[in-house]
Parts: sequence; C-alpha cells; structure tokens
Amino acid sequence: MTGTSSAPLIRLSDVSRTFPAASRRGAPVHALDQVDLDVAEGEVLGVVGYSGAGKSTLLRLVNALDRPTSGTVTVAGREVSSLSERALREVRRDIGMIFQQFNLFSSRTVWGNIAYPLQVAGVPREQHRARISELLHFVGLADKAHTHVEQLSGGQKQRVGIARALATNPRILLADEPTSALDPQTTSEVLALLRRVNEELGLTVVLITHEMEVVRSLAHRVAVMEAGRVVELGDTYDVFASPQHPATQRFVSTLVEKGPPPRALERLRERHPGRMVTLSFRDEHASPADVFAAFIERSVAFELVHGGVEDVRGRTFGHLTLTLTGDDAAVAGALAHVATLAEVTEPPARTGKEAS
Amino acid sequence: MERLIELDSLFLEAALETLYIVAITLGIGGTGGLLLGTLLYTTRAGGITPNRVVHVGLNLVVNFFRPIPFVIFIAAAQPLARLVVGIGIGNRAIIFALSLAATFGISRIVEQNLVSVDPGVIEASRAMGAGRLRTILTVLLPEALGPLVLGYTFVLVAIVDMTAIAGVVGGGGLGAFALTYGYRQFDPVVTWAAVLVIIAFVQLVQFGGNRLARRAMRR
Repeated sequence: MTGTSSAPLIRLSDVSRTFPAASRRGAPVHALDQVDLDVAEGEVLGVVGYSGAGKSTLLRLVNALDRPTSGTVTVAGREVSSLSERALREVRRDIGMIFQQFNLFSSRTVWGNIAYPLQVAGVPREQHRARISELLHFVGLADKAHTHVEQLSGGQKQRVGIARALATNPRILLADEPTSALDPQTTSEVLALLRRVNEELGLTVVLITHEMEVVRSLAHRVAVMEAGRVVELGDTYDVFASPQHPATQRFVSTLVEKGPPPRALERLRERHPGRMVTLSFRDEHASPADVFAAFIERSVAFELVHGGVEDVRGRTFGHLTLTLTGDDAAVAGALAHVATLAEVTEPPARTGKEAS
Repeated sequence: MERLIELDSLFLEAALETLYIVAITLGIGGTGGLLLGTLLYTTRAGGITPNRVVHVGLNLVVNFFRPIPFVIFIAAAQPLARLVVGIGIGNRAIIFALSLAATFGISRIVEQNLVSVDPGVIEASRAMGAGRLRTILTVLLPEALGPLVLGYTFVLVAIVDMTAIAGVVGGGGLGAFALTYGYRQFDPVVTWAAVLVIIAFVQLVQFGGNRLARRAMRR
C-alpha cells in the first residue's frame, strides 16, 4: 500500500510536542518525541497505543488543531505546521475528522450538522440538498434527516459524524477512537462504513484506537506508540503475525496469544505429558498440515493443546502449541525438520522443578 | 382599598415604568453581558482566542464591580451617570446604573454557561475550517442557548428586584410607588398591591423563560 515512488500524502518529520508543566512543580509532558511518520495516499494507517501514548496529539497535528514544538508536518505538499490559522481553514476542508464522542452539534438536526461544513466552505445553498441527501444515503440514514441528534443511537451519531466529515469531499479522514464509545455490534457496522470510505471514496484514513480488532479489520499499516514515540511500524499482517516490540506484543496478545498464558501452562503440563512446543505459522511458511505430516512420518505423537489460526486482511497466521511424545531422538529430529517449516519456540519450563 | 382606586393612574404608570426600565436594562445589559461574558470565555487559557492580559483585566473589572451592593452602586455611579447620560437622577440615571450592574452580572452567567459547552464541538467546528468568529456565533452560542435563556430569565427577575431601589435617586416604577404611597403613608394595601403586581410579573417571566429554554434544549 505504501507507494514509495510518489511523495506521501502526510509526512511527519522529526516531530516533537511538549506540553508545559501543568503545575509549577510538575515536569513538562513530552507527548510526542521525535516522531517520523509517512502516510501514503489511499492507505489506512492505524495508530495504536495506551492513553497518554501521544496518539491523539499526533492526530491533531495533521489538521493543525495543535502545532508541534519542533519538526514539521506536511499534508499534500503544504507544511501545515507553519501555516496561519486563516490559511489552515482551506487546508482543513480537505481533512475530515470524526471523534470518539461524535461531537455533533446538539443545536442542529442531522441535516443541519451535515450542512455546517458546507456553509463553512461557502458551498451555494442550492447545492446543499443534493449533497446532503447523497451523504445520508451513503451512511444509511436517509430517514433521519430532520431528527435531532440526541434522539439518535451511538452508532447513528457516528454515522452522522462520518457524513459531516465527508461533506466537503476531503482527501483525508482523521478518526479519533471512532468506535471506542460503541458496542461490538455497532462497532463492526461503523468499521464497515469506514472501510467503504477508504475503498469506495478513496480517502486516506488515519485512525487512532486502542482496540486491536479495529486495527485488524481496517488498517493497512499499523504504528504502535509508547511514551510519545512510534515503537513499531509495519504492515498490519506483519505486526499481528510477528510483533517485535513488547508494547506491540501486549496489544496483539489481546486478540491473539502466542502461547498459553503462564497460569494455563501449569495446568496444561500436568494434563499433557511430553515436550511442549509452540509453532508459529505465517502464510509464506508451510501450513500446519505439512508440520503434522512431518511428525507422523517420524512416529512422533502430537496433541494440540492451545492456539488457533487467525486471519488478517485475507492472510492467515497462527500459533499452535503442541505436546510431543515419542522417542527423544525422534522428537528432536522431527523438531529440527519442523524448524525449517515454522517458527518453533518452547514455552518456559516450570520454575523450581524439572518437567516430568 | 379606596386609596388604591384613587391612585389608579399612578399605579398603572408605575407598573409601566418598571416594565420600561427592565426592558431597556435587559437590552443594554444583556448585550453588554453577552459580549463581556463571551470575551471572558474565549480569552481564557486554552480558549478560542486565548489572551491572558485581556482575560485577567476583564476578570479584575468584573470582580471590582460585582460585589458592590446595588443601592450603594447607584449613588457611587452618579458622577459617571452625569457624564454618560447627562443626569444623575431619575429614570435615565437608574437605567444607566442598572445596565452597568447587569452587564457585569450577566457576563458571569454567560461565561458559566459557555464553559459548560462541550469543547469537542468547538474542536469539531475548527476541524471543519470554521473561523473563530463563526465558531462563536454559529456553534458556541447556539449550543449554550438553553442554559443562556434560563440564565437571562434569572437575570430578568433580578433586574425587576433591583428596579425597586430606583426611588433612591428619584426614579419611578413599582418599587418607588410602594415606598412612597404604601410604606411612608402607612397603607399596607397599596404596598401589597405593588408587591402582587411584581410577583405576577416575575411568575410570567419565569414561566415564559422556562418554556423558551425547554424549546431550545428540546427536552
């Protein structure tokens, strides 16, 4: 997805943002610390991190709601970090934004909310009707045009937020935890809508979230943030299949565990004798079937005790934990062969006593 | 009771005078308070137009005037009234003093109501490319409209209360009427007649204000 030939649509170069200390004795907060990040046109970049990692600050630099303390932010070739507030108005019409708490105007109807960016952009009034009903149809709220926003459900509010953000035909959509206030069912509806925003309308999306499910279903690439830095950046598949940084591993483990968690490990060992190994598969590796065949060929009995296979954007990976029983030499030989087919790790042995 | 009938035309005149003083005060003080209160809100740190010097300055001015009891304020403002409206006594002077006091009082009420507006909608408006003035006029004030109406209703009742002191500098209205013809002439019927009209007026204002606020908030 990352077009290396053309210039990125959004570029953060060596960006830091320091907030002054809240109190006289407090320390200044380094919300962003020398961040470099490119976003290519048409891609969905998921930015993941715990609260306070700096992801909200990062998002607000893109439409210059906030300015970096040092470094530059460039959007479509314009350095937004140094533009005047007046010049920014024009740039912001090209950047839609949606919010965790929706931030709809309660003083206006659904129609009025979507009309607002059109009014701001100076779109002639006679063009509003066609544009607004087009947007309402796109987000599936054609029957709610004249409803007041407080009568809508959370999912409907976010749809209005999306319609409002799209009104002026922006190239970029900034999504600030767009599903964090929604239940799982509504979340998947909103995610499906955001996917259409990217795929059908071609918008570049920067999405910040702490929910890995959101990233998995939407993002082409993932940036993981911790303490103001981007600690890992890669294709969503790679990040899920082989997370490198501890923070990334923690996030991925909320959806996919590499091996049994320590407490389960104890119980599994008691119930399943034999040598325990975790095999990690990626789609460019051999499939689990090949591995099983290798064990059978060498007369090694195996039992699947933990794990599963996951799908990320149509590509699969998985972590399977097996216990192997048989002749020690045969097991060792089989594992040596299997290591050429998949990544083999052995869960840590019990502390204090030997495995029986 | 007979005395009240005798005073009939004076009574009506006093009631109309009260309405007149209240209406003009609400017009001037309401506008001034809205401007001042909005400035207090927008200039605060992290506001729409943050400006420490202006914010601190306005705060000092408002805090300087607000604690002065109104009956003293009327007397204290007399020289200023002569300067601005040309006379230190009568309805013009009282309207001047009332408008000034109302401006400062209302500014705090406006500020408080604007603070309660979700900063998220202001951010959304900025993110859509709206300028500061547009954000204030088309997002901030409409979002606060319901509470503002209630706040203004409260102020209106307070102004009716304050007009009763108008007699101190020779102003008219129901307060002066009740004091002159009721209290000083030992005629409780006249006093209570004025009180009842004021109560009826306040009830009407509060009822109307509540209805308007409910419509603005759609609750």
